[in-house]
Amino acid sequence: MDKNLNYIFDLHTTLSTKNIILVYEGEFTQEITKSVLSMAEKNLETTNEEISIKKKVFNVMVECLQNICKHSEEFGSENDDFNTAIFMIGKEDSEYTITSGNIIYNDRIDGLKNKLDQINSLDKEGLKELFKTVLSSTELSDKGGAGLGFIDMARKSSNKLAYDFYKINDNISFFSLQSRISRNKEV
Amino acid sequence: MSTINLEGTEDTPKIMLDPANGIYEISGRSLPEDCASFYKPILEWLDNFSPSSKMDFNIKLDYFNTASSKMILDILTRLEKIKNTGKDVKVIWSHSEDDEDMQEAGEEFSELVEVPFEIKAY
Repeated sequence: MDKNLNYIFDLHTTLSTKNIILVYEGEFTQEITKSVLSMAEKNLETTNEEISIKKKVFNVMVECLQNICKHSEEFGSENDDFNTAIFMIGKEDSEYTITSGNIIYNDRIDGLKNKLDQINSLDKEGLKELFKTVLSSTELSDKGGAGLGFIDMARKSSNKLAYDFYKINDNISFFSLQSRISRNKEV
Repeated sequence: MSTINLEGTEDTPKIMLDPANGIYEISGRSLPEDCASFYKPILEWLDNFSPSSKMDFNIKLDYFNTASSKMILDILTRLEKIKNTGKDVKVIWSHSEDDEDMQEAGEEFSELVEVPFEIKAY
């Protein structure tokens, strides 16, 4: 037996114990983002999950993937070595988790943290007002983002967004973000 | 005025702007990565359009991403301008009966522009 192949079993064990139903790690181009999304959607279609839950999961996936893709186009042009990201969908008994991880410059941390903390401090009504304010006051950035992605992820998931910044060196960190979508309708 | 007739794809909506037959409709799903360039011709078309009769603009989307919501608001703002020239303009926002998120999205848009909105389930 080839011991060098043990990591495959380890990876398989980790993914199944964490109930990860889909994982993509690598470069995020627009074409790849579309493919991952379409694969995730097919994966969801085969389950007999309630349609409204499927839609919320799809919705959060789109925003999450398009965020990573936009960021990666920006970041990747100058950082070949670090231009990969990870995207995962987990399915537990009670909820779906949608997780992403990508490298960012340390000077982006404060801005992201403030935005996420603000979103997490708001209730349903507060998020709706924030969404409307941002929607009517901003132009699409040149990357095509409207600055609404995180707000929408929080609204559709009806849960706080969990996040973390893991410092890699003085220049960059690994940013992870997780949304949880309950599988019980309207909790 | 020319007609716009775009077939829907897995990430862009079907769009029909046909003044001769009084049909103005966006339907399907809208989640292109590059929303701005997809919607540019639609916005330009609306910038140059003045209806000769009643204009019922149908929006019947079952899903759109947040970048598209920005473009939808831009479309609604164009419709508001047309209405302000004294034209009879109405938005008919249709959502699937059990889709509360799309119903709520319609309500939110209706609060952001001064155009009559009819929100209905199908």
